[in-house]
Parts: sequence; structure tokens; C-alpha cells
Amino acid sequence: MIEIIDLKKSFNGKVVLNGVDLSIEKGKITVIIGRSGEGKSVLIKHIIGLLKPDSGKILIDGHDMTKMREREFIEVLKRFGMLFQGAALFDSMTVAGNVGFPLKEHTDLSDKEIRKIVSEKLRRVGLVGVEDMMPADLSGGMKKRVGLARAIVMDPEIVLFDEPTTGVDPILADSIADLMLETQRALKTTYIAITHDIQLTYKIADKVAMLHQGKIVEQGAVEEMKKNPNPLLRQFLTGSAQGPIKVY
Amino acid sequence: MKEFFERLGMMAQSFINVSGQMVIMLAQSAYYLFIPPYKLRNIFKQMEFVGVKSLFVVILTGAFTGMVLAMQSYNALKRFGAESLVGPTVALSMARELGPVLTALMVTGRAGSAMATELGTMRVTEQIDAMFTMGVNPVRHLVVPRIVAGLTMLPLLAVVTDFVGVVGGYLIGVKLLGINPGVYIGRTIDFVNVDDIMYGLTKSFFFGIIITLVASFQGFNTTGGAEGVGRAATNAVVLSCVLILISDYMLTSLMF
Repeated sequence: MIEIIDLKKSFNGKVVLNGVDLSIEKGKITVIIGRSGEGKSVLIKHIIGLLKPDSGKILIDGHDMTKMREREFIEVLKRFGMLFQGAALFDSMTVAGNVGFPLKEHTDLSDKEIRKIVSEKLRRVGLVGVEDMMPADLSGGMKKRVGLARAIVMDPEIVLFDEPTTGVDPILADSIADLMLETQRALKTTYIAITHDIQLTYKIADKVAMLHQGKIVEQGAVEEMKKNPNPLLRQFLTGSAQGPIKVY
Repeated sequence: MKEFFERLGMMAQSFINVSGQMVIMLAQSAYYLFIPPYKLRNIFKQMEFVGVKSLFVVILTGAFTGMVLAMQSYNALKRFGAESLVGPTVALSMARELGPVLTALMVTGRAGSAMATELGTMRVTEQIDAMFTMGVNPVRHLVVPRIVAGLTMLPLLAVVTDFVGVVGGYLIGVKLLGINPGVYIGRTIDFVNVDDIMYGLTKSFFFGIIITLVASFQGFNTTGGAEGVGRAATNAVVLSCVLILISDYMLTSLMF
């Protein structure tokens, strides 16, 4: 469904993505793992068009996203949702305003209808009665939930997750993993997550891909990856300081 | 020596780069201004922020400037026995020059810095990116309403500053310094015509665009967390003030 072909990107001469090749299957959860600073965020930002590649293609149903005109691109973006690392809620709007924002911008639904959908999506992520609260009044975990509700409010086909469990406690991290599984299974959505959280990866991933030095070095199903002898992957999955990946 | 020229070259390059990006942002805003859907709610919100909420500070500025002008010009004109020209001096200075420029500088300090801070925070907390990923153009949603607010509110605020300045000048000239009220008002009407006020308002229109464009540009291009947001606000204020003063000279020489 999404095909990334030989994607390259440098910033001020520093190569970040050095020919990434990856295919993402429809209706599955693909988790991209890798150390901090390996370009995971840069990769996910390319998938949703926030960054333009130096070369390479990102095909969605065969159409190259990097070459689309604005109107066509906006139509494609409507098929996407994204949960940012810090949730990226608009702090000038209430929770309901945030979650309902894409609906208000892209549909002709009345305020009442939007409110109904917003409440339903919030309930789906386990939040009730928070519609009129401001983001500043929410805890970190609640923000992530509201961010997820906003990401799925347009019933997107593809949802991207930027480090969904970074900066939250382990119990909350597990509940976010459960929530991702529940929402994905219920809606049969394609989820793409980038993380360095191995527990999360084992719990939710249908497919795992490891990004290292600007390339996907290994990819496959979780069980295959667990058995994979590649020392890079072994070191990362076991969380060891000893191995081919140097600590810097 | 070589290093000096290298640095000069880099500064020139960065100046051209920034100017080009700002012109592109302005062109995009002008394009979206005429393409529906219009973000009326956002526009009115920004108009309130730039206009209504700046009223107090511009009234204060206008009043004291008019009062000081009356006192200073009285002091100078008295030496030639031309005290009756205090009224026109105050009114002309306010309408053609001080009203628009001081209003613009005050609004830069109050609203320009706040805009750069707000947009800068939205940038570093990925709110602008989030908007983009929802298929909403951030320039249309965030920049256009601010520029519209700037170009409509600055002339209106300048009118208020002009008026309050003239009233302040009148109070000092007539009530404190004892100029005949009839002479004061009569001479002011003789010397000041509508064109003088229109010149000032035209300047304000451009200042409104400069303030909001610079603040939006700095906010949009913020990098580096909280420190970056602070830098964006400072840069927005400094760059706006410099551009206001330079463009004031250029517009004055064009309209003279």
C-alpha cells in the first residue's frame, strides 16, 4: 500500500536517510525501530509530506506523494492521521475543538454532529467528559489519548505514531499499546509507529523494520526478528551497550 | 581580511535568503486571501488582538506625544512670534509622521512580539506540523488572518493616535500655554488637509503588513525550543522596527 523506494535526505551535508527501501502493508501495524538520531522522525515526516526528499519515491497506491500538486496532496493527507510525540494539541482550543478540527475544516457537518463524533472518538480512547477542558489542564497520558482521538477522527486509512510511549511511565505506555491495538483492530487501519521501545514493539507490531545509519537493515515479522542473528538487531533488541553499534 | 569578506558574503546571502522567503510567504498569503474558504472567525480574533487590545497603549502614546510636541514647538515658535503655528505643527507631525510610526512601533512591541512567540511555540511543539498533516494549510489558517488584521487595524489605530495627539496638543497649547483656541483650531484647519492624513494612513497600511508578516515569518521559522522562541520574538521586534523606519523614509520620499 505504501512503498518507500531509495529515499535519500541530507541536512547541511549530513546524510540522514541513505536509500531507505520499505513496504508497508495495508491493515497491519508496522513498527520502525532504531536508535535516537538515526532518522526515524525524518522518515516518518517524509511519509506524511512534512519533508521533501532529496531523491527517491514514496508511493501510496502507486502514486508518488513527492510529486503531487497541492490539491491532490491534500486529498491524500485526508487519508492520514498522525499522533505526535508531544501530542501537538492546539493549546488555544478546547479538547473538543482539537479533536473536531479536521472535521470542521474538511466536512460540512454541523457543530452538533461534530460534537457527537468527537465524544464518540474520545470515548473510544477512554476519555469521558473532557470535551471542554483545555490541553494545558490535561496530564501527559490524557494528551496522548486526545491526540489519538484527533488522529482517528476522520477515520483515516493510515495512522502514523511518532514515539507513542516516549516520556510516559511504563504502565501508561502499556495502556497506550493496548489502545493502539484496540483501535487498530476495530477499524482495520494501517498503523506505522516509530519507537525505540522494544516492549511496545513486541506487543503491537505485525512487522518490524530496523533503521540504522540511514538504511533499513532488517525487516520482518516479530517472531522472525526475534530469531534473526544480525548482530545489529540483536544488540538493539537486547539493549546492550556491547556490540557493533557504537555508543556515542 | 579574507574571513571578513567571507562573513560579509554569508550575511548578504542570508539576508537575500530571508527576504526571498518572506516575499514567498507574503505572496502565498495574498493568494489565499482571495481563495475561499475565508477564516472569518480567525480574522476577527486577530483584529481584536491587534486593534482593540492595542487601543490603550496607542491612546497613551498619542496623548503624550501630542502634548510634548505642543510644548516643544511652542518653545521654538515663540522665538519668532509664531505661537499660532503650534496647532498645525502638532497636527501635521502627528498625521504625516508620528501617528503612523509610533503606532506601528507600539503595536510591534505589543502584538508583533506576542504573535512571534505564539507561532514560535506552535512550531516547536509541532502544532503547525500537526495542522499541515490534517490537510490544513498553516499559512492560510495562521498567517493570512494576522496580515489582514495588521493591514486593516494599523490605519485605524493611527487615526486614533492622530486624533488623541491633536487633542493632547490642543489641551497643552490652549489650556496650559494660553494660545487662543480659535486661532489654534483655525490655523490647524488652514494648514492640514485630507491628503496629509491619507499619506499617514497609507504608511500605516504598509506598516501593518510589515509587522504581521515579520512576526509570522519569525514564528514559523523558529527552531531550538524555548530559547528559539525567545529569539524569534526578539528578532521579530528588531526586524519590524528597522523595516518600519526604513520603509517610513522610503514612503515619505515617494509621497512628498
